[in-house]
Amino acid sequence: MVNPTTRERASVQELIAKAGNNKRKKVIEKIIPIILFLIAGVSVLTTIGIVATLIFETVTFFRQVSLLSFIFGTEWLPFSNKEPKFGILPLIVGTLKITLIAVVVAVPIGLAAAIYLSEYASDNARRVIKPVLEVLAGVPTIVYGFFALTFVTPVLQTIIPDLKIFNALSPGIVVGFMIIPMIASLSEDAMSAVPNAMREGALAMGATKFEVAMKVVLPAALSGILASVVLATSRAIGETMIVSLAGGSTPRFDADFTGSIQTMTAYIVQVSTGDAGYGTPIYYSIYAVGFTLFLFTLLMNFLASRITKRFREAY
Amino acid sequence: MRITEQQPGVSKRYIDQTSVSKRMDGRKITNTVFKTLFFMATLVALLVLGILFYRILSQGLGFLSADFFQNFASRFPEKAGIKAALVGSLWLMAVVAPVSMFLGIGTAIYLEEYAKKNRVNDFIRMNISNLAGVPSVVFGLLGLTIFVRALALGNSILAAGFTMSLLILPVIIVAAQEAIRAVPQHVREASYGMGATKWQTITRVVLPSAIPGILTGSILALSRAIGETAPLIVIGVPVIIHFLPTGVMDTFTALPMQIYDWAKRPQADFQQVASAGIIVLMAFLLLMNSIAVLIRNKFQKRY
Repeated sequence: MVNPTTRERASVQELIAKAGNNKRKKVIEKIIPIILFLIAGVSVLTTIGIVATLIFETVTFFRQVSLLSFIFGTEWLPFSNKEPKFGILPLIVGTLKITLIAVVVAVPIGLAAAIYLSEYASDNARRVIKPVLEVLAGVPTIVYGFFALTFVTPVLQTIIPDLKIFNALSPGIVVGFMIIPMIASLSEDAMSAVPNAMREGALAMGATKFEVAMKVVLPAALSGILASVVLATSRAIGETMIVSLAGGSTPRFDADFTGSIQTMTAYIVQVSTGDAGYGTPIYYSIYAVGFTLFLFTLLMNFLASRITKRFREAY
Repeated sequence: MRITEQQPGVSKRYIDQTSVSKRMDGRKITNTVFKTLFFMATLVALLVLGILFYRILSQGLGFLSADFFQNFASRFPEKAGIKAALVGSLWLMAVVAPVSMFLGIGTAIYLEEYAKKNRVNDFIRMNISNLAGVPSVVFGLLGLTIFVRALALGNSILAAGFTMSLLILPVIIVAAQEAIRAVPQHVREASYGMGATKWQTITRVVLPSAIPGILTGSILALSRAIGETAPLIVIGVPVIIHFLPTGVMDTFTALPMQIYDWAKRPQADFQQVASAGIIVLMAFLLLMNSIAVLIRNKFQKRY
């Protein structure tokens, strides 16, 4: 800092010339971008770390268990003393059951909420409802899991007497509620991005708000809406705590929604909470299951980005 | 055939007023019915949140006593306490907050201020958005292999903290990017015009006005890390701990782990203990979110 009372006050021009000649400053300007680039590289290293870890340990797993029996096997009995079986299909079926229920619950409610918020709600209503939806999105999944186990399951049992304590229905519904805010807010973003001129054009032709929403806004925002559904599906596939608390731990290859199931994520948790020895097939199996899970979510995320790229309408 | 030419003898009206007005009532009713339906669907989502809060408060408030905060885990529900978990979660935050914010803000500055449009930087951007979609349990597997085993950190606060930092890194990066992008270009130009270098402009002009947005986003990301359970389970964080950690290399337990353990127990009393634990966790989150909102409202500059 230059003291303004000093008699020999440097002019701005001199200050700039001085600053420009400072050698240390020049070095800093050269080094900083490199350091920042290295920091940015951490996220890339993370991805490489995830992929490398999963592949490396999965390969070790397939030295002990055959790949074909893993992909096509319909029995998942890793803890069997006589003859452990590692067929992934029951875990995939469990995951798909949860995902199916969640999507059936979340898509209609989430889309309806998005349409209401974007097309009907007054500014005041929106100002109240959006933060509450954000709270719903911020509730930790362990809390949802507890809610599924101690509230939703008993309530469902009064409606469906056959329902077991651990089942696919209850965690599926709760996972659905967990992903509603995601579908609602992403779809609402997509619908709000549709220019008002298009709505006004339709309204001027005599369309009702419902017709505007269905025939103008929805088609125009379709890519964003589809992407939100795909991303939410990916979240449902990867959801862990709700299904491990309320879904049970019975890997089954059937279409029953009322009995205990096991998802890929819940299996990883089950092995992690038990004490599977390091180096046993059970230990490596969580990486093989994790890799399968990773591929599923990667595929969904890839699909979502393709949808937004391909169908994006520019206004 | 020319369109403008009217055919003789045909005086067809293009809009038939009577048929339009006949259908008008039905269309209006459809509109009202669906408006109500959409509104009710929105209410259902809010209602679930209401039930959830009501259930947990009514179950757990009875167990929230001074003892609950001072006791360690116990086999007996009335003696069970949350002390180790609460302190453990605070320790975890003490690692996650600096690590994730340093990495996240650094990456955001690089991408917004330095990165040119080329393949490498496009790859970094694409990679970040993909990373955001990886399930948390997979991050747990990464932490188990790299931090717990390869770097031999064990199931320490440091190993869990690093894993959680990587998990929320994409969220912080995106929030910081948005905050930095919101600083208008002319402010930077003015700084360059005064002879400031790029780094001086970033540290003295861009960051000070972007910091409220960055902080808000970071706190929201951190509150996600507090509630995450799956990575901790995979890393092997224990539940029953009868001492408080004294350093980052100690084993620890955290709030969601403790709640998970209580929730799994069959005794009805432990359900209430779990509810009490959830109240503590949610209060923690509410506090952090309030701080985030406060920062956003109080310090955010508008240009």
